[in-house]
Amino acid sequence: MADTSTEGTGTIEALSLVPKAEGRQSMKDFKSDQEVRWCPGCGDYAILAAVQGFMPELGLARENVVFVSGIGCSSRFPYYMNTYGMHSIHGRAPAIATGLAASRRDLSVWVVTGDGDALSIGGNHLIHALRRNVNLKILLFNNRIYGLTKGQYSPTSEVGKITKSTPMGSLDAPFNPVSLAIGAEASFVARTIDSDRKHLTEVLRQAAAHPGTALVEIYQNCNIFNDGAFEALKDRQSAEEAVIRLEHGQPIRFGGDRSKGVVRDRATGDLKVVAVTPENESEVLVHDAHSTSPTTAFALSRLADPDTLHHTPIGVLRSVERPVYDTQMSDQLDEAIDRHGKGDLAALLAGGDTWTVVG
Amino acid sequence: MTSQVSSPAEQADGTDGTDAAVVGEQRKPGGAKDVRRLDRVIIRFAGDSGDGMQLTGDRFTSETASFGNDLSTLPNFPAEIRAPAGTLPGVSSFQLHFADHDILTPGDAPNVLVAMNPAALKANIGDVPRGAEIIVNTDEFTKRAMQKVGYAASPLEDGSLDGYQIHPVPLTTLTVEALKDFDLTRKEAERSKNMFALGLLSWMYHRPTEGTEKFLKSKFAKKPDIAAANIAAFRAGWNFGETTEDFAVSYEVAPAAKAFPVGTYRNISGNLALSYGLVSASRQADLPLFLGSYPITPASDILHELSKHKNFGVRTFQAEDEIAGIGAALGAAFGGSLAVTTTSGPGVALKSETIGLAVSLELPLLVIDIQRGGPSTGLPTKTEQADLLQAMFGRNGEAPVPIVAPRTPADCFDAALEAARIALTYRTPVMLLSDGYLANGSEPWRIPELEELPDLTVRFAQGPNHTLEDGSEVFWPYKRDPQTLARPWAVPGTPGLEHRIGGIEKQDGTGNISYDPANHDFMVRTRQAKIDGIDVPDVEVDDPHGARTLVLGWGSTYGPITAAVRRLRAAGEPIAQAHLRHLNPFPKNLGAVLKAYDKVVIPEMNLGQLATLIRARYLVDAHSYNQVNGMPFKAEQLASALKEAIDG
Repeated sequence: MADTSTEGTGTIEALSLVPKAEGRQSMKDFKSDQEVRWCPGCGDYAILAAVQGFMPELGLARENVVFVSGIGCSSRFPYYMNTYGMHSIHGRAPAIATGLAASRRDLSVWVVTGDGDALSIGGNHLIHALRRNVNLKILLFNNRIYGLTKGQYSPTSEVGKITKSTPMGSLDAPFNPVSLAIGAEASFVARTIDSDRKHLTEVLRQAAAHPGTALVEIYQNCNIFNDGAFEALKDRQSAEEAVIRLEHGQPIRFGGDRSKGVVRDRATGDLKVVAVTPENESEVLVHDAHSTSPTTAFALSRLADPDTLHHTPIGVLRSVERPVYDTQMSDQLDEAIDRHGKGDLAALLAGGDTWTVVG
Repeated sequence: MTSQVSSPAEQADGTDGTDAAVVGEQRKPGGAKDVRRLDRVIIRFAGDSGDGMQLTGDRFTSETASFGNDLSTLPNFPAEIRAPAGTLPGVSSFQLHFADHDILTPGDAPNVLVAMNPAALKANIGDVPRGAEIIVNTDEFTKRAMQKVGYAASPLEDGSLDGYQIHPVPLTTLTVEALKDFDLTRKEAERSKNMFALGLLSWMYHRPTEGTEKFLKSKFAKKPDIAAANIAAFRAGWNFGETTEDFAVSYEVAPAAKAFPVGTYRNISGNLALSYGLVSASRQADLPLFLGSYPITPASDILHELSKHKNFGVRTFQAEDEIAGIGAALGAAFGGSLAVTTTSGPGVALKSETIGLAVSLELPLLVIDIQRGGPSTGLPTKTEQADLLQAMFGRNGEAPVPIVAPRTPADCFDAALEAARIALTYRTPVMLLSDGYLANGSEPWRIPELEELPDLTVRFAQGPNHTLEDGSEVFWPYKRDPQTLARPWAVPGTPGLEHRIGGIEKQDGTGNISYDPANHDFMVRTRQAKIDGIDVPDVEVDDPHGARTLVLGWGSTYGPITAAVRRLRAAGEPIAQAHLRHLNPFPKNLGAVLKAYDKVVIPEMNLGQLATLIRARYLVDAHSYNQVNGMPFKAEQLASALKEAIDG
């Protein structure tokens, strides 16, 4: 993927306040002593390995890394990371992590959540974390099902999903997490796939380097309750047609021999997929993740067919710089001291109209 | 504080008699009018919610405080920001009781009612005893305004107010006339009528006025014309009192110097005292203060106040909802802040799950509940103490939480420090139960010296605390202090202490997930034992005459109960009094105290929640006396209820 040259991990500004590790780290340093207890074959294993494998690259002091999660299969994640961690309550991880990140800028704070945790019971906290742009990295494991409660449909399940709670098919239209995040003013939105370690790692790299809230949707296979949900994107043959790999600054092309491309429909302004020809080649959209306007990123997020997942863009859809909440909060504290001097408790308590009683 | 008044009747309660006792009479030197000395006065300002009655009351209170009287206030306003003008539900009032001796309540019945319109008169006349003075703004007594509140004939003319001393004053006209040289519309000029009324009352009671003029200048610093107009209206009101024939007498209420211990004082409301208590706790603990909060009446003022003190390192976070407010606070607690969330009953309901998580994580967290009328949305601007059982039991599982309750507005300062002490020492969420009456009411507060504040120093874990069988040193996040049963507080950033905590049951010591039945039983009992073992001071009993009946209270009923007890004792009726600051755990001596009396009476602004706890815990046949009308008890009413209990 492109653009790593400008956001190299050596001098990540977003992490400049987090102390560095003293020696070289390895993946082993980030494995806790707890036995991993996901179902055999669960996509979570691959994500865990990718994260543990990536963390040494950041070179942060392990004690300054915190993983916060909610409830669900994915939310067991912190127990397996040898960092500080909190496994909290359903949906609330973004709120808890916000308080931690806002009060401790020397920490690298990660939220691990799932489609039910982040988009159903915790939907409110997710959107508000995104709009505030707190320095959090949110990894949303989307398996389009409730796993821990044994297989009810989730807010990302396709309409008509037959599950234990919907024997005649689910009725509610699903969320598209990327569209939702862009609508919620997210400054960084990406999508990746559990089984593509290289892509997943690259997305994590860019997320880590992003100052502010980064939302990474990770398509994750639940082999027990929703096996093969993302098969169209994983099967080598079908993936060629289904997956659109976005790279900043590159034309948006995919398919065999990169024969297809995304162009803007002149009539509607919307995006559409076309077969690339010498005549229309110059019209193929060049991906601009840093565009100030979220319009094209949003249109890209709508390309995929919610049922077949055909034309699913992966990679960083949007990455723009916006003021970071915790930085600004801290700046206000400094500014208050500049304006009024460091707080003087005796003066505060004795403020206002006073009178003195003598013996 | 001792009462310095002379008459036995006053000694009986010192609070709320219906007639202001005239203890002396002297002519003001050089003045043309009578000046009478009173030992105490109860004034109620009442008007439309747009009339600025709360501001008027606040200013009169500040003048009174700076003069050195003891005082107690009761703001009473509708939940609507601007209820329909001129209607009974739209009436907003502010009652102030001030005296030359120590007083305990805002008073039962006003000696003076200022009624800015017919609705204000109608809504308040029932509380005003015959003989009291009523100042009415006659301009507002139009036919239509009177009809709106159901007056068929003008109460100013039909004789129905004959028993009162009525002062009819065209307040609006006089204000507009006084401001005719200002470049203001009539409507703008009319807005200053509350300052005219304040000026008049300030003259009547010899209040110092510089404070109000200074206040107006600073409040309207950006609109100097408006500031000047308000000051002019204020002075016009004062001069009106001085010159008009209708006000023949003014009153002096001497400073309550002898009622107060030596020190420097200021007037303070409960929410302000609580905010200062939190800032002080942060300093005493040397931890940054983090407030996660969502706006809710009557707690929002704490959020407002703390957000002004960023130069103390205070971080205030206005969250997207109540749950995020406490969630962010808990996250900050994990990071080593003194974490606080502020709310009222409905917010506590939403926060319950996170309080449970905090119980499980065993992190310090202050949950401040400014109680209001319930259930559901209830009465947002009225007072109640019906969240006690919610605080005590309102969570899933066995989730004990210590509870602290302040007794007066100024006491909110000490209660905040005490709640912080418990939270930090025992690594637990603590509920602080204030209420609307304490939050908005105010009283003089002796400003403490910083050396008097408690030491709340905390030690974070720095290294391993356990040796394994193989001799290796490890950190166990749930290895407890043998004295307090508190677990270590190891904050992120501390090398070598990386650990994971969560809401799933943890193995004793290691803190790893454990589903072992015996371990769960042990952990549930240990968490309970930690709270039960919290060191709280014994409850003190005030029983000078060896009474057989004990009145037990908690929270904001302290003032009315104490006033009622004084009345009874003055009438020769022995009664013992005890008041609880700690509701969980109860003081260790409470059982013995209760058993020492034949009768125990518990007045509460709920349907008997403390009584339920007391009966269950101590098998004592405690009698409840309850009121849930959104208002504090009146001393006289409580005194008769207690008398009945004694006799019954």
